[in-house]
Amino acid sequence: MSYFIDRISYFAQNREKFSDGHGVTTEENRAWEEAYRGRWAHDKIVRSTHGVNCTGSCSWKIYVKNGLITWETQQTDYPRTRPDLPNHEPRGCSRGASYSWYIYSANRLKYPLIRKRLLKMWRAMKEQHSDPVDTWKAIQADPILRMEYQKVRGRGGFVRAEWDEANEIIAASNIHTIKEHGPDRVIGFSPIPAMSMVSYAAGSRYLSLIGGVCMSFYDWYCDLPPASPQTWGEQTDVPESADWYNSGFIIMWGSNVPQTRTPDAHFMTEARYKGTQVVTVTPDYSEAAKFGDIWLNPKQGTDAAVGMAMGHVILKEFHLDNVSEYFDEYTRKYSDFPFLVKLEKRDGRYIPGRMLRAADFDKNLGQKNNPEWKTVCLDEKTGDVVVPTGSIGFRWGEDGQWNIQPNNAKTKKEFLPQKTLLGSEDEILKVGFPYFAGAEHEHGYFEANDQGGDILDRNLPVKYMEIDGDKVPVVTVFDLVCANYGIAREGLGGDNVASDYSENVPYTPKWQESITGVAADKITQVARAFADNADKTQGKSMIIIGAAMNHWYHMDMNYRACINMLVFCGCIGQSGGGWSHYVGQEKLRPQTGWLPLAFGLDWTRPPRQMNSTSFFYAHTDQWRYETLGVNEILCPTADKEKWKGSLIDCNIRAERMGWLPSAPQLQENPLDLVRKAEGKGVDPVEYVTERLKDGDLRMSCEDPDDPANWPRNLFVWRSNLLGSSGKGHEYFLKHFLGTQHGVQGKDLGEEGRKGSEEVVWHDDAPEGKLDLVVTLDFRMSTTCMYSDIVLPTASWYEKNDLNTSDMHPFIHPLSKAIDPVWQSRSDWEIYKGIAKKFSELSPGHLGVEKEIVLTPIQHDTPGELAQPDVKEWRKGECDLIPGVTAPAMKVVERDYPATYERFTSLGPLLEKLGNGGKGIGWNTDHEVEFLKQLNGENKEGRAKIVTDIDACETVLTLAPETNGEVAVKAWEALSKITGLDHTHLAKPKEDEKIRFRDIQAQPRKIISSPTWSGIESEEVCYNAGYTNVHEYIPWRTLTGRQQLYQDHPWMLDFGEGLVSYKPPINTATVQSMIEKHGDDNVPHITLNFITPHQKWGIHSTYSDNLHMLTLSRGGPIVWMSEPDAKSVGIKDNDWVEVFNTNGAITARAVVSQRVNDGMLMMYHAQEKIVNTPGSKITNARGGIHNSVTRTTVKPTHMIGAYAQQSYGFNYYGTVGSNRDEFVVVRKIEDKDIDWMEGPAEDSIIPGEAAE
Amino acid sequence: MDFFLFQIFPYIAIAVFALGSILRFDRDPYSWRSKSSQLLRKKQLIIGSVLFHLGILTILAGHVVGLLTPIAIWDALGVSHGAKQILAMAAGGFAGVFCFIGLVILLHRRLFDPRIRATSSFSDIAVLVLLLVQLCLGMWTITVSMNHLDGHEMVKFMEWAQHIGTFRGGAHEYLLDVALVFKLHITLGMFILFVWPFTRLVHAFSAPVGFIFRPYQVVRKRAK
Repeated sequence: MSYFIDRISYFAQNREKFSDGHGVTTEENRAWEEAYRGRWAHDKIVRSTHGVNCTGSCSWKIYVKNGLITWETQQTDYPRTRPDLPNHEPRGCSRGASYSWYIYSANRLKYPLIRKRLLKMWRAMKEQHSDPVDTWKAIQADPILRMEYQKVRGRGGFVRAEWDEANEIIAASNIHTIKEHGPDRVIGFSPIPAMSMVSYAAGSRYLSLIGGVCMSFYDWYCDLPPASPQTWGEQTDVPESADWYNSGFIIMWGSNVPQTRTPDAHFMTEARYKGTQVVTVTPDYSEAAKFGDIWLNPKQGTDAAVGMAMGHVILKEFHLDNVSEYFDEYTRKYSDFPFLVKLEKRDGRYIPGRMLRAADFDKNLGQKNNPEWKTVCLDEKTGDVVVPTGSIGFRWGEDGQWNIQPNNAKTKKEFLPQKTLLGSEDEILKVGFPYFAGAEHEHGYFEANDQGGDILDRNLPVKYMEIDGDKVPVVTVFDLVCANYGIAREGLGGDNVASDYSENVPYTPKWQESITGVAADKITQVARAFADNADKTQGKSMIIIGAAMNHWYHMDMNYRACINMLVFCGCIGQSGGGWSHYVGQEKLRPQTGWLPLAFGLDWTRPPRQMNSTSFFYAHTDQWRYETLGVNEILCPTADKEKWKGSLIDCNIRAERMGWLPSAPQLQENPLDLVRKAEGKGVDPVEYVTERLKDGDLRMSCEDPDDPANWPRNLFVWRSNLLGSSGKGHEYFLKHFLGTQHGVQGKDLGEEGRKGSEEVVWHDDAPEGKLDLVVTLDFRMSTTCMYSDIVLPTASWYEKNDLNTSDMHPFIHPLSKAIDPVWQSRSDWEIYKGIAKKFSELSPGHLGVEKEIVLTPIQHDTPGELAQPDVKEWRKGECDLIPGVTAPAMKVVERDYPATYERFTSLGPLLEKLGNGGKGIGWNTDHEVEFLKQLNGENKEGRAKIVTDIDACETVLTLAPETNGEVAVKAWEALSKITGLDHTHLAKPKEDEKIRFRDIQAQPRKIISSPTWSGIESEEVCYNAGYTNVHEYIPWRTLTGRQQLYQDHPWMLDFGEGLVSYKPPINTATVQSMIEKHGDDNVPHITLNFITPHQKWGIHSTYSDNLHMLTLSRGGPIVWMSEPDAKSVGIKDNDWVEVFNTNGAITARAVVSQRVNDGMLMMYHAQEKIVNTPGSKITNARGGIHNSVTRTTVKPTHMIGAYAQQSYGFNYYGTVGSNRDEFVVVRKIEDKDIDWMEGPAEDSIIPGEAAE
Repeated sequence: MDFFLFQIFPYIAIAVFALGSILRFDRDPYSWRSKSSQLLRKKQLIIGSVLFHLGILTILAGHVVGLLTPIAIWDALGVSHGAKQILAMAAGGFAGVFCFIGLVILLHRRLFDPRIRATSSFSDIAVLVLLLVQLCLGMWTITVSMNHLDGHEMVKFMEWAQHIGTFRGGAHEYLLDVALVFKLHITLGMFILFVWPFTRLVHAFSAPVGFIFRPYQVVRKRAK
């Protein structure tokens, strides 16, 4: 009854002993037990999701009791699918189900933290200066003070701070940077907005309003497959997971569906019950392997060889020997097979050149608009040269002809595009094809298959055409492709082609055997079954493909080999078929509604955006250590004279020609440039153009190490940049942050190697470019550890936001189940707070300012037709014309003191300029008016965006995907350009308006919009390319068709006009380390370093929680094979050191049969904050997985201003591959483990610790 | 004033002490704890805590026995007032020294160990300070008592305590002319009782004595 009475009646209680007096029963009050039972009670359920790290986009029930989260379970109320299709629910996985632990865990960041050395300096200097901006200026002006806090980054020393003081330092630093160096020196990194759109938009809106730079992520994560923009002009568009069920044949290729797509994996199981055949391609015996009826295990990095051999079988059996009617029709209509390509003569040999254009012919074949961008083919019936509609020349400057109905643009009549010239050829010519697989790999690990040369000649049927008065030999893409795959064709003859699969000729099944280790008959069997299914089902064969294949330097070859198989078999755009690249699941469905909010397009345009890979390559000085020569990757048929520089030279050229973006942009402050120009009474754009031409003003990219060109402020939010995605981690530490690092290699200067032709070389590389690093996170990640200011952010059950994925067609929310715990705030509130402080501190330093913004020439704008040829203004090959031969330049006015006011209201440009995306635009007056009523108006009469829900409503109202009225407007806009009516796709939903409270009630299916190439319907699942195939909307490529032949001069020079197998590159990071450390009497082994997704972890959870630590031996682990481990005396659970010139890792070894010989696996994103001892090699603490990697950029990814190969943020650009890397592995004896517990000793004040 | 402090306030203090403790024990059992900081720093705690607890428990026992045992019993036992006074001073003084050293160590630790300081509430520090002040006052009374070793002053306190304890009026009159330090000591003592239920002091009621004697397994029966 009462605990007290129990106590005072102690002696009166009825007790019975049992078990000889060892036990006793009592009648005490048991009410206290309720507290334990009640732990699992709740008083409300709120819908949210895990939207910061995970892209799975599962809706969850969050249980709340007394204002505390108690637990979570999967939501099961997704709208039903149609009959004969399994439902979506339940979606979720063990990672998400265990997330609530984090909210109240010791790992949770509770208060703002500031590096103590910095805070002490700040307070001391503020006494003297009183003005915060002047205070920051004074600290930055003193190199010793600056270094003092930089060099202890990552070494502890945070103190708890107040929000106000943290915001003041950040705002002061931003203002100082803008004033002193320019707004483009303030940069921010945050990935994958689809997971939590408003949280992303908070930071990007702030940065965009002040002129800062938003960094790309999809390419930097190496999740962007450049093969997709190359082939389709589309960043990535894929079928939803439900569409697997519609498939008849699935190849799961380098994608571990059960492990990394857990909530979707049920569709795979259901498909298998239905009878779908599944083939798994994965080098290790992963979870996915068990799903396969057949498991192929090629050596890692050789997938393209498998794909080439399968393509060989498919082409031979279904396009040549027995022509599949469906495949034939599909490829004529939807691929570039029939288009004509010029042969060029180089070094006495014909090689494939540029695609023929209308402009090559007399009178441009009657085309007045963009004839140099209209590709041509032959009419099989008449033999005439035809300009079909739909090529990119029709997209800009005229209306109604940009569609891929097989129509002759001139006669407007249908024609039959001719696929092959064989039979109607003028002559048969020998044409050279590059061959890369004969090269020896530095470690001999990747087998070469020597074919007696690096150029293989094959016969092709050609026609001669009159071009510019010359008789030029011309071929079709189809004939090129068949020859490229090495297929012998009747009537053609010639060498280097096979008529039998058992010949060792590229690219037969036999040929790949020695490279991949997969039996030839397995290849034939799978390829035949894949194509046979597609033939019978009209394209219902699918390839699910993942990061494992995309993280190689030559990922384009892996991907294009697979994409080709799908195009050959007519699978793209057909329900149940297609290319399912699930890496990052980035699909931000209401994208066009979100863009104005995220990049402040309602106030100023254009925003500054940067491709991260090139940025980090330059600014973390990884280029200074580049070992890969351009000559090593150059095509043997290329003109070597043109390619004498280094990889960074290619990047600099690309930036100068407006192909890639720049950040920072110009060597001088863009505010000053406009001021100077206006002082002289000159147009600022002209002023900058003239000075660039004179060479008196340089672009920042030409001298990344000059302090004038350093990035100064870095924001990181929703990301673990330094603990996970930062390839070349140790270079970040050394050059970017200026702290303790493990870089072992010498830079090119020290090695006396030839550097670059374009870049200014400084003998002493800068260390510590960044003045201030600010990270927003809810836990102490590795990135937080290296930051100067850490702001505690609300986690996934503590804020309102939006979430979508490409795995399902729904939009659903993150909701605030509880208030942000301790002093944390949502990202929206944090940036709002910074904006407010920024506005307060601006007057006196920044007012209404004008500055000049450079943007690259963008995809989906008329600019993508800017450069039919590669010409450099810098070399005098052409004039500098902004937006045509160089980056576009625009003067932008910013009202700095009004930053907060602008942040929290919808600006006037939406009414003035409208909204749009992917090349189309529409009027938004109605939506803006609606938002004024919904969110309320501020005193200026603008719609408010004060709260996170206001922000959500803004996105939902402006986006066609969530506002039927806008969808109809968008389709109307597209219909005008294609000349076909597409509005029927959205008309039935014109009245539908999805609002925030609607999706809190239940996830909602989005509305079909022209932003995407699939549709939402009751008939079919979402499938990429669907509207291209069924609505005749062109792919956004040169020909408007799926582009299997890439004719940009750089593509040809690097041997990627057509797909082939290219072995992994030589990174040259191991040999010098073996020479240096090889005599240590400890046996070592050299292994290929692979960093897959984490088992059990990744997404919704992190490696620092107790579950993950328990499953992962308490800290970093690497996996190796039994024979490899045995050969160097490593036993399971031994400590090992993993190193190369990039740095070193210390970890425990997991010795497993699962792993291939020659491979070392380290799951990515294992934090270095737990259980990580010191390394003997670096004398620093062991690193993260990226401590042994370094970014190596690829020139073909820099191409721009050329149809589909034009820049788009996260669409095209260099990607951060990392799997070609090799490492040395050796054991560390337990007695030699050094935990590095001592204090940091390097302070100007003797004995002062890191704090 | 004296009437309030020594006739009224003791009842208020005792009522709050008793009712407050019972209510807290019953209504908020999860807060009923000693809030040990042993996990944060062990070293100084052991010596300080042992000295303090030995001292304070001896003193407490001395006060209870000394003040509340009716004078008649002492007389019956043949213990003279003078002898009792000297016994009280000696035992109290000796335990007081123990307690003092312990308290100073604990207070030092609580104030100067940054981790313990950061996790201390106001009441955690206040309790130590209160006890230390009270102890010092108590030790000071010994010097006053030296002047009247016959114990007649002590008898006044016994009378006062027993009057209070038996709800008789006029208790305060016994204290009208005692030295100021005694008044302070008593007032502060009552104040400590007054705040007792709101501090960690409540753990004094829950010494786990039964733990030593109980059977290995204790099963609480289902409620009837």
